[in-house]
Amino acid sequence: MTATRTDLLLEATGISKTYGAVVALKSASLAVRPGEVHALMGANGAGKSTLVKILTGAVRPDSGTIAVRGRERTVHSPGEARRGGLVSVYQEPALIPDLDIRSNLRLTETPLEPFRHWLGELGLEGLDLSSLARSMPLASLRIIDLARALAIEPDVLMLDEMTAALPANLTERVLEVVGRQRGGHRAVIFISHRLIEIAAVCDRATVLREGETVGVVDVTDGSEERIVELMLGEVVRDVPAAAERAAAGARVLGARPRLTVRGLAAGTKLQDVSFELYPGEVLGVVALEGQGQDELFDILAGSDRPSGGELLVDGAPVSFHHPADAIRAGLVYVPADRAEALLMQRSVRENIALPFITRLRDWGPINPGDERRKVEGGIARLQIDTRAQGEVRRLSGGNQQKVTIARWVAGGVKTMLCFDPTRGIDIRTKQQIYVLLRDLAEAGAAVLLYTSELKEVQLVCERAIVIFGGRVVAEIGVADADETALLRAAYNLRSDAPMPEHVAAEAVAEGPAEGSAEAVASSGTEPEADR
Amino acid sequence: MSAATAAARRAAHAGMIGSAARRNAWTLGLLGFLAFLLVFTKLIQPSYGVTGVQGLAISVLPLALAAVGQAIVVISGGIDLSIGAMMALTSVISASLMKGQPEEFGIAVVVIVLLLGLALGAINGGLVVVTRVPDIVVTLAMSFVWAGCALLVLKTPGGGSAKWIKELVTGSLGNEWIPKAAVVLVLVVAVIWVPLRRSGLGLSIYAIGSNRLAAFRSGVSVGRTKVIAYALMGLFAALGGLSLTASTGIGTPVPGPYTLMSVAAVVLGGVNLAGGRGGVFGALVAVVILQLIRTDMTFLNVNTNLAVVVQGVILIGVVMIGSLVQIRRARA
Repeated sequence: MTATRTDLLLEATGISKTYGAVVALKSASLAVRPGEVHALMGANGAGKSTLVKILTGAVRPDSGTIAVRGRERTVHSPGEARRGGLVSVYQEPALIPDLDIRSNLRLTETPLEPFRHWLGELGLEGLDLSSLARSMPLASLRIIDLARALAIEPDVLMLDEMTAALPANLTERVLEVVGRQRGGHRAVIFISHRLIEIAAVCDRATVLREGETVGVVDVTDGSEERIVELMLGEVVRDVPAAAERAAAGARVLGARPRLTVRGLAAGTKLQDVSFELYPGEVLGVVALEGQGQDELFDILAGSDRPSGGELLVDGAPVSFHHPADAIRAGLVYVPADRAEALLMQRSVRENIALPFITRLRDWGPINPGDERRKVEGGIARLQIDTRAQGEVRRLSGGNQQKVTIARWVAGGVKTMLCFDPTRGIDIRTKQQIYVLLRDLAEAGAAVLLYTSELKEVQLVCERAIVIFGGRVVAEIGVADADETALLRAAYNLRSDAPMPEHVAAEAVAEGPAEGSAEAVASSGTEPEADR
Repeated sequence: MSAATAAARRAAHAGMIGSAARRNAWTLGLLGFLAFLLVFTKLIQPSYGVTGVQGLAISVLPLALAAVGQAIVVISGGIDLSIGAMMALTSVISASLMKGQPEEFGIAVVVIVLLLGLALGAINGGLVVVTRVPDIVVTLAMSFVWAGCALLVLKTPGGGSAKWIKELVTGSLGNEWIPKAAVVLVLVVAVIWVPLRRSGLGLSIYAIGSNRLAAFRSGVSVGRTKVIAYALMGLFAALGGLSLTASTGIGTPVPGPYTLMSVAAVVLGGVNLAGGRGGVFGALVAVVILQLIRTDMTFLNVNTNLAVVVQGVILIGVVMIGSLVQIRRARA
């Protein structure tokens, strides 16, 4: 390494942090040179989020030093970090929902012209600044967050899972803009679980494992292998090959469907969706952002009611008025956002035990032995790290997601509805979830899996349906479901025609105008619905 | 079972015990503070003894019952500002029904008043759920309604109480150091709260206070659970009203300071006002602490107005110190 200490834009050394009994960081270091895009990699629980929080002043480290341009400094708050030239875009949009975009910008003293410029670069030029943040789709909010950060012209820009909730077209724009930051006197710290993105835009990668920096890798062709090796530390069991599953898929198709969806419609988003889900299979659902998949899952989970169409479980028609109805019918839901599923301040035990009480007669005394057996079964099955089990919010993101799955597995699962269950989760936990979904299917359960990561279809599914404009536009067997085929289908293109440029552009323009899938979903799932 | 899983289970249990101690650290701290106060009381008033403890038990009973009710609602994510008015209403109804009636009729009155309490609470909860108006607004409005009803029943303090009810809370049981009022309180809480805490309904109450959306998605009926939490609060308010009648022998239509004092006790007791955290035991200890502080002020001949100020300062001080300790621990 030729860079001397003063050449570095940002240097953190020997950072440690413990929360009670949980060691979040043991000895982390990070050195960022000017003009580079630097990836920060690591499994969930490796300490990435803690390091980011320490760098931005949200959390104070127990030990270690942080130097900016060779000068040591202590950062006490995100505001101070911002003034010092360190700006971050977090996983959750940092806009005040009840203010319009203009007021939000004023709040952070963001200059308007540069903001508009970056918005244009990122593909949202037509944005109305007087619309409320609440009414915008999640993807647009993240783009606005990024544009706002870029407009301040920070020395170091930190992007935490920036692309996690973005559709493919916006992801491309973001990567392009990030890539253009290379070579100047600024730097970008880029956090993503998608190795393809790391390979596309990053110069170097710092890899964390279990709270320690285990390596700094120059990103070149083939360095992905090395990064994964460093992140995992140990080899994980592989999921069965796609070919085996294709054969298995043909086998189960003769059986009676576990779930039949016929002509399902809701509002303007969900037009006409029909499919069948068989026991023993994982059926993938692929769609661009806001094509009706949120509404579909909310209806299947009993959070929302359809305006048309019918649902059959094991051949018998059903109608759900409350998630409890769906759960009784064996349809259980794993959302992408853990905050929507967990009681963050309660224990792992209570979180796993919660759905056992969905019937009125379950309101009586809990059988402690029975409950403990189920809870411990769930914990063991998902290999949940129980060091911080007193309060779920102290678990890492991956472990939290395991708890949301464990609560259903613990009670015995018949049909699992997974909405992007691996969003923002590290590779190791992802692998465990893939293996679990396969095991569930092999044990006779039916799994419906919406995923924004197209390669997951080939990893775990028998077949996939593609939804576009609220309709099922394609069904693809696992053998043909490579990322290109799925993406074409998601854009509703024939597989032999080339993808025209204007389609991608239109999809971008439609994003904000169509209103928010996320907003519709969340307003439709308010608990008030159950009077 | 293999040795490895046995070890893992043991480790998990050790972790549970540790986390149980951590979760109850606030209550344990309050108990320590209470012990300190008792010693302090004995020091400044060496004659403080059996009579003092007897008086303490009777005087805390109404507020303690109110605090338990308030704690249940706050844990479920709500708050009830009509609890004092409810106690006044149930107190005057019981007093006017029992006046001049035979002793046995008192049993029927108790049952009627407790059912009425459940109904009053359920009305509050039902209004919150159906109108979707914030709890604080609904229950504030209802406090005027219940207080007005109390005045309709009895214009001035009056009525009477069955003798056995009065005897239920005065005097001691067996040992002179065990006041009957304390026994009643412990029994009531043990019969209602303890099974609730270990039941599916109890978990549902914690769940809706902790994260409504998550509870809803997990199949918990949020509205129904909320109404039941309020109904339970109403039940405890009725118990509180009965204890007022029992300890004074009459019904008073003007609400006492119980509404805000119950909120204060709940906060001091370590229940999170945002819902989902805490339990009733901390609130019970807090009630005794608040009462004992007041007694000590009297012993010290502190001006009564100043005493109220001091009480407020102690409340803020204790909660503040507690928060600081918790923040420290979270950082450590």
